[in-house]
Amino acid sequence: MPASLANVSALVQIVDVSKRYGDIAALNPTSLSVERGKNTVLIGPSGCGKSTLLRLIIRLIEPDSGSITLDDTPVTADNINRLRRRIGYVIQEGGLFPHLSTRANVLLMARHIGKAEDETHDRLMELCELTRFSQNLLPRYPLELSGGQRQRVSLMRALMLSPELLLLDEPLGALDPLVRASLQKDLKEIFTRLGQTVLFVTHDLGEAIYFADEIVLMNDGRIVQKGTITDLRERPADPFVSEFINAQRGITSA
Amino acid sequence: MNRIRKAGKQDRFESGDHESRKSKRFRRFLVSWFPDFLVIFFCVPALLIDSSSAADVVVGSKKFTESYVLGEIAKRTLSDAGIPTEHRQGMGGTIILWEALRGGQIDAYPEYTGTIATEILKSDSSVSLDQIPDSLEKLGVGMTAPLGFNNTYALVMRRSEAQRLGIRTIGDLQKYPELRFGLTHEFLERNDGWRPLRERYALPQQNVSGIDHALGYTALANGSIDIKDAYSTDAKIEENDLVVLEDDLHFFPKYEAVFLFRSSTRPEAIAALRRLEGTLDEARMIRLNAEAERTKNYARAADLYFNVGVAVAPRQSGHPGLSQFGEDFPRKLARWTLRHLQLAGFSLLLSIIVGIPLGIIASRGGAVGQVILGFASVVQTIPSLALLALLVPLPFFGISVRTAIAALFLYGLLPIVRNTATGLQDIPRTLRESAVALGLSPMARLWKIYLPIASRSILSGIKTSAVINIGTATLAALIGAGGLGEPIISGLNLNDHVTILEGAIPAAVLALLVQWCFDLLDRILIPKGLRL
Repeated sequence: MPASLANVSALVQIVDVSKRYGDIAALNPTSLSVERGKNTVLIGPSGCGKSTLLRLIIRLIEPDSGSITLDDTPVTADNINRLRRRIGYVIQEGGLFPHLSTRANVLLMARHIGKAEDETHDRLMELCELTRFSQNLLPRYPLELSGGQRQRVSLMRALMLSPELLLLDEPLGALDPLVRASLQKDLKEIFTRLGQTVLFVTHDLGEAIYFADEIVLMNDGRIVQKGTITDLRERPADPFVSEFINAQRGITSA
Repeated sequence: MNRIRKAGKQDRFESGDHESRKSKRFRRFLVSWFPDFLVIFFCVPALLIDSSSAADVVVGSKKFTESYVLGEIAKRTLSDAGIPTEHRQGMGGTIILWEALRGGQIDAYPEYTGTIATEILKSDSSVSLDQIPDSLEKLGVGMTAPLGFNNTYALVMRRSEAQRLGIRTIGDLQKYPELRFGLTHEFLERNDGWRPLRERYALPQQNVSGIDHALGYTALANGSIDIKDAYSTDAKIEENDLVVLEDDLHFFPKYEAVFLFRSSTRPEAIAALRRLEGTLDEARMIRLNAEAERTKNYARAADLYFNVGVAVAPRQSGHPGLSQFGEDFPRKLARWTLRHLQLAGFSLLLSIIVGIPLGIIASRGGAVGQVILGFASVVQTIPSLALLALLVPLPFFGISVRTAIAALFLYGLLPIVRNTATGLQDIPRTLRESAVALGLSPMARLWKIYLPIASRSILSGIKTSAVINIGTATLAALIGAGGLGEPIISGLNLNDHVTILEGAIPAAVLALLVQWCFDLLDRILIPKGLRL
């Protein structure tokens, strides 16, 4: 039995979860626990399975095997819609609905489950302040916002129902460096302030180092090594770990 | 600037008192229920369609002048006998009228003995006149004695051309293989029509085309064709200085005009029809036909029959024909247009109600989706005239507004189904997944996310259907369902361009108006965020 199962502070427990597409293993049987209040960063080259793992947790795809529990509740096809309200999910393109105003996008689920307007209004103001998003922009439609603003709205939408878990799939991947840097700073501040449990996917080592309490390096549909950046640098579990770290460092210093 | 002002307004709604929030909810209600208002808008006129006639007896007529005139004469005769009568003008060809009579949509219509023998009873040898009533009786149909004239088929050509070539009989045509024939579609296909005629006379001509009867006279006059088929009482023969070629081999059977009626028709109605027997000779019928074509008014031509009256005493006062031919153009136009909108609107509504759910199912792909899109496409490839003809013999339909609406509904289906399906399929995967990841239920995803995002595509499908329906609805007049096709078809029969335009121009204007209305509707129904 994997050691992670014994971890009582874990919010998400992933045990031997796998996913295949025909002959290709998108994810080999994998176990991982995401600890409460910690920022866990999944990193690796494209196609390594990091996004697949995220999409399996929120069940955009069904696992072939294994089990996932959220706060000790096994995630199944039956209870997933209820559990999704306890999970925030932000993707690279933002995923905002173009026909809804910024306000309607953020309030969509709160209205759907019939939350009181007063309560949601207060929460919206709080989130605007938290994400440094101007209230004046709330009536705008997604197409009227910049890329950085869209990601802030996407984050507000994900945080609206105060989720226990926040899943971020390369949320800053499509932004230019300046916007990206300012958002990185704001995000980190927000996570710290909320004590948010975050599972963050990126392919950028610098970003991973900046956010991570724990880095999970993946390759070829499996986890290669878990630990801090120091662990990965000084005690690489595999030649791939050094290779990946050195490649990224090479680009950064060039 | 504008944006900022709107932003302020929005904030007031959000933080404002109960009242403003309520009004906002009402607005949202209005927008989300707007389609239902459309339903009401379309339904109310549809309810006004009079599917059942108030008349006791319904007389039908075929789609040519003489049949219209005979129909009017029968209507007048029956009305004068105190029997409320309706005349459904120009319902179609033999098969449509016969089926309508058998199906009970009409009670009587004028027919010809030759047509009864060959087309209806399908007998190959010429049945004698006294055998026909017995055969019809078994089918529940009665027949009057001949009205007095023989309107047989004939071949006609320009008098000058005939004299130049020395052609007098059909047999003479053998020597001129280069002559061009323009024949009506019915004559081309009839058992006593073109094919056996060609065999009998061993005619060598290869250039034979199908053409509408009235248009054929124009073609003959301007020399596009040399020979066409005609009815021997046709007013155009005199008018256009044509000659009837002698049927020297006696190929054409006798076409004595009679009335067919349902055996179950009221006896006094049958008695009234029988009073018409032997009262109309050929010369008189030609004159009535000429009058009808000259005045474009069948009721007036029928008047001529009664005013000169031989067997039936003429009555000057209170005859019902007057009210109809006294109808002025604006009122006629309003009637046609209203009916046209009813036909197109009600069928469009059905297409929307059925098409959007089918489109949603089809958007999921798979075998079911393929079947749905395939079916809708196949329906679209059936010529509209053929679809009408296929629906008419079915029990529920017959010669009625229902049939026209059903056909238009089927035509309107494909654009809506296809646009709904592609509109939904074109939604980016990231948006679909975002809707799922938020935890929205499948129904909420469809209503709140997918359908609004696909709204532009769905609406453009509906718009296409609406414009197609306005155009196709003109064909409804072929089966007596009325609309702007009525003047178009009458005009075609009378070869009268003004009458054709009386229907064609309003139909075109209507199509433009509908297009314009839908462009307006786009602004209301397509969410603003998608129109940026």
